[in-house]
Amino acid sequence: MKAKVYVTLKLGVLDPQGKAIQHAVELLGYEGVADVRQGKYFEIKMADGALGEEDARKAAERMAREVLANPVIEDYRVEIEP
Amino acid sequence: MKFGVIVFPGSNCDHDAYHVISKHVGQPVDFIWHRDTDLHSYDAVIIPGGFSYGDYLRAGALASLSPVMASVKEFAARGRFVLGICNGFQILCEAGLLPGALIRNRDLHFVCEHTYVRVETSATPFTGELKNGDVLRLPVAHAEGNYVCDDATLDQLRREDRIVFRYCDERGEVTEAANPNGARDSIAGICSRERNVIGLMPHPERACEDLLGSSDGRGIFGSLATTLAALA
Repeated sequence: MKAKVYVTLKLGVLDPQGKAIQHAVELLGYEGVADVRQGKYFEIKMADGALGEEDARKAAERMAREVLANPVIEDYRVEIEP
Repeated sequence: MKFGVIVFPGSNCDHDAYHVISKHVGQPVDFIWHRDTDLHSYDAVIIPGGFSYGDYLRAGALASLSPVMASVKEFAARGRFVLGICNGFQILCEAGLLPGALIRNRDLHFVCEHTYVRVETSATPFTGELKNGDVLRLPVAHAEGNYVCDDATLDQLRREDRIVFRYCDERGEVTEAANPNGARDSIAGICSRERNVIGLMPHPERACEDLLGSSDGRGIFGSLATTLAALA
């Protein structure tokens, strides 16, 4: 089982890296890009048979809250892949 | 009075802080490895600058989870004094000892230059010998020094007089041009509600010798020493 955690900057938090990437994309000639926001993606592989799906989700959410994301500036989303 | 300087893998301003305490403050000081947890014999600890854990995940994030930080939280709760400089400020925010966060600089550059900061409040254990409005010349060297917080936190910081330093120009004017990293409200340093924990991005420990271009940092260490002497 695998937990996938997506961490993104909260709306309203300036993302200078996203802005620079948007600028680079536009330099390549891509038009119609309104905004680019950079985030982080984590794959957490759970040991076989260690946790059921619900407990794995709870554990991944706790890891996201306590370590992977800084709740002051970031939001997170967890997906479980059986 | 006894000082401790906490050392994480990747700290690199630990020796500067140690030097300032032993040479300029003239007091005993120890290095404290991040796995040590006994802060008993100390009156003040410094969390120095550097790149703890290589800035992996977020600057200061992994250091904030190391064993010594649980002791630092307890140390702070006992009213002892904690000074976080640069990466130390980032660690204190990540640990929840100070509000807000430090994100990538507005212009993405690593800024390494002398800045001016204005003392916004002398009512802290770290600025007691300075006056409101004093301008200090201190170096900064960081890529993630852009202080952010939500509106409610900013209001609270203002209301409780906890914004300690703001970036300014040579004459003490706070302007966007003098803000090296885009920090909200030009904030360079803040303190905790109880005022015994302070974090700032500039490096006062690199500004204690005229030979290095400024000795304005001594006011901060001198203030702390005076506070500690008064309590002894």
